Amino acid sequence: MLLEVRDLRVEFRTRDGVVHAVNGVTCEVDAGETLAVLGESGSGKSVTAQAIMGILDIPPGRIGGGQVLFRGTDLLTLKEEERRRIRGAEMAMIFQDSLSALNPVMTVGAQLGEMFTVHRGMSRKDARARAVELMDRVRIPAASQRVRDYPHQFSGGMRQRIMIAMALALEPALIIADEPTTALDVTVQAQVMDLLAELRSEYGMGLLLITHDLGVVADVADRIAVMYAGRIVESAPVHDIYKAPAHPYTRGLLDSIPRLDHKGRELYAIRGLPPNLQAIPPGCAFHPRCPLARDVCRKDVPPLYEVSGTRTSACHFWRECLDGRADS
Amino acid sequence: MAEPILEVRGLVKHYPLTRGVLFKKQIGEVRAVDGVDFTLDRGETLGIVGESGCGKSTVAKTLCNLERPTAGEIRYRGEDITRLSGKALKAVRRNIQMVFQDPYTSLNPRMTVGDIIGEPYEIHPEVAPKGDRHRKVRELLDVVGLDPEYVNRYPHQFSGGQRQRIGIARALALRPEIVVADEPVSALDVSVQAQVINLMERLQTEFELSYVFIAHDLSVVRHISDRVGVMYLGRIVEIGTDEQIYEHPTHPYTQALLSAVPVPDPDARERRERIILSGDVPSPTDIPSGCRFRTRCWKARERCALEVPPLAVPAEFRYDTGPQVHDSACHFAAERQVVPPRERDAGGDSSTRAH
Repeated sequence: MLLEVRDLRVEFRTRDGVVHAVNGVTCEVDAGETLAVLGESGSGKSVTAQAIMGILDIPPGRIGGGQVLFRGTDLLTLKEEERRRIRGAEMAMIFQDSLSALNPVMTVGAQLGEMFTVHRGMSRKDARARAVELMDRVRIPAASQRVRDYPHQFSGGMRQRIMIAMALALEPALIIADEPTTALDVTVQAQVMDLLAELRSEYGMGLLLITHDLGVVADVADRIAVMYAGRIVESAPVHDIYKAPAHPYTRGLLDSIPRLDHKGRELYAIRGLPPNLQAIPPGCAFHPRCPLARDVCRKDVPPLYEVSGTRTSACHFWRECLDGRADS
Repeated sequence: MAEPILEVRGLVKHYPLTRGVLFKKQIGEVRAVDGVDFTLDRGETLGIVGESGCGKSTVAKTLCNLERPTAGEIRYRGEDITRLSGKALKAVRRNIQMVFQDPYTSLNPRMTVGDIIGEPYEIHPEVAPKGDRHRKVRELLDVVGLDPEYVNRYPHQFSGGQRQRIGIARALALRPEIVVADEPVSALDVSVQAQVINLMERLQTEFELSYVFIAHDLSVVRHISDRVGVMYLGRIVEIGTDEQIYEHPTHPYTQALLSAVPVPDPDARERRERIILSGDVPSPTDIPSGCRFRTRCWKARERCALEVPPLAVPAEFRYDTGPQVHDSACHFAAERQVVPPRERDAGGDSSTRAH
């Protein structure tokens, strides 16, 4: 297994108290596989990615427990120096906002080249040549000229390609992409997602895709993990989950999106609001919004039930949900 | 239903580009909106979709008279409102209200919710006499699904979805006939987005509103709209009913746009045909001659560079009947289905699943 996250916990100490952002996340990514972590804002998906990558701001953040096993080594026990060597070379990250993720006062060529001078000890000239190669690889037109341009001189889609190029530079085994296409228009999003999928399969990398978009997940993921209030509430192969979700939150999400292929009637709306992470409801965090909620849901935190060999659900009544009896 | 409440003809908004500080010289212009025509019928929802920079928000601003168009007419109940000023303008503005995209910046953080929703009454005191305002504000809060007790709270005490409800309540305060909503749900999470869309649909019936609904999310627009116009670089390239646009698109840009939308159905991966457009949208300061889409179009020929295609029923469909017959600004318009038809099996249809 390439990446195994076990019972990861992250909290933030703020003036108003402790915010429990990640509360026991367990997931795995195999080589060559795409796992999508799906969640709404505040679900803890980005914090999970940052903790895996080792770029969490500590303090105010704090790892409360758990393990992040990368090829069997627990990254959380490594020294910063050792983690830095892994970052970029063995696992790389693509961020949502390319304008703020790239250095505005360095040319893109210098930023791409830095990967090779720092990690591979190449000369500046060789690094520049590799940068041009990479920009070609992500299909930036006239790469040999544009290598001297600054990030603001590129369009959003082109900048995101540079981010991908930078992530791919050292051919890492794992890529973590945090909402890589959210800021882009649909036609550009399609270009970038296609490119990412193509390169991923060519290099045989594992991809951990953080997103809120059920459409993007359906397009590219092999497996999906749905997060709510800092926990993974359901995890399954992508085809299974869209056919028959085993958690009422997943079901609610799927039913609340408008469809492109028909007009539909009134949308199903999950009632209420996402939980406050300083005061997560007792028992199942989703119970105040759940149509299936009963007494046990208010008292007992549901464990991850095994739905099948490849699926889990953190719902006491996953059977009912799977049978489509999530009626209220 | 078929009586138009708003008619837009040849709407143009150009912004000058200048150089120099003391002696300003115009060196060009941004052609944000460059000849837009549409009508809005009473009680109808017209959706306008397009990618960033296509001019859809500028259209919204000119409709609400927040920007004066460079040229063209906006007829509200037969009267051109673009040349109005003073009292007459004020009266029209009362009837055309706007809901903004960003619920975080469109509400004044130093005003209570009650003051925000009640502010329109200060400008139009004829709508609600002073003593009656407090009651009206509480009523509006109730109408948009917020607790009337929240009247003295400040915007930061609310979530994004709740703030958008406040924005909607403010737009409704003067009982307008038309609401122009510019990306009203784009900033919201999926589960909250559905609540706000449902609310807007309910209010439309309750208050007999006509909507111009502007968004980049094609699925949301289909859900809420009766008719849809697709914008590209300052112009509407295709317009028709939701069925005509989504199931029988004839303009290549609409087809590419629809084919690029990720559909929440993993089985659609194999069934779908993707049209991947090359390149980026040209700059609105330097719009291509002839058809403005030709630089990214796989059908482009010489004629496209020379002649601007009009927004009309294409000549090849002149003698046809059927859903492909609708306005499409393309010299080589042809129907092409790009959204995979819904599988109509019993179990897989999520929209009819009962709750």
